[in-house]
Amino acid sequence: MKALAQHEQRNREQGTTYLSPEVNIFETKDGYVLEAEMPGVSKDGLEITLEGTEITITGNRQAEQMPGEALFQESINASYRRVFELDPAIDTTKVSAKMEQGVLTLTLPKSERVKPRKITVD
Amino acid sequence: MNSLARWQRPEFSAWTGFGRLTNLREEIDRLFEAPLAELARSSQLLSGWNPAFDVYEDKDNLYVRAELAGMRKEDIDISLHNGSLSISGERKADESLKEAEVYRAERFFGRFQRTITLPTPVSVNKIKAQYKDGVLTVTLPKAEEAKPRHIDVTVS
Repeated sequence: MKALAQHEQRNREQGTTYLSPEVNIFETKDGYVLEAEMPGVSKDGLEITLEGTEITITGNRQAEQMPGEALFQESINASYRRVFELDPAIDTTKVSAKMEQGVLTLTLPKSERVKPRKITVD
Repeated sequence: MNSLARWQRPEFSAWTGFGRLTNLREEIDRLFEAPLAELARSSQLLSGWNPAFDVYEDKDNLYVRAELAGMRKEDIDISLHNGSLSISGERKADESLKEAEVYRAERFFGRFQRTITLPTPVSVNKIKAQYKDGVLTVTLPKAEEAKPRHIDVTVS
């Protein structure tokens, strides 16, 4: 079964540059778990939209005001965005999200009718 | 007559990984200094987890900011030694997903360590660290003697 095929996306949309967050995707017997790494994004900066079979994750960074001047900078101060195509077996009404220390965990349960079930013979 | 050398099965346990390649890369870095360093940093494949660090400075403090998403506070270790700030830690994978089938694995788990030589002396007792939204911010107040001071010169 093909699951959660990543939808290639352009990094530039409407002139804004987005970073593509690193993700881990797992399949369990109940559904899928997606973890996306977005350091600097709080719960309020998170936007998750479901459209048809596509899920878009956007993580807006807090406008972080570091005092003084930068002596050295490796981080890229841009928001995160990535689009995934969902397995049709996912029950999109039951998707839940959790944000913890910059890591988003999305739980995408499969709908009841596609779960394997045992039929007892009378 | 040649003696028959015993054939040895190559052992995976003796495989040192990419460690030797990393050493080689460091050698090349040293030769070319900056130009390759940026390229090497973007590739975590050979060196392991390499989180992004920023250093800021204002009149009173130095700030070190590190992007360490998804760690536990207890797993971050900060130490100061001879004017060098070391930050290390280990990120662990979610145990509950060990049995699950993996579709995509881009996140890195394991250890990291970074050492930064601080440009000015700091007051060791007043260092503060905060970990929020996967970002660690260490605030290091400058030592009194390192702060810029205005001296009034009176001409008599």
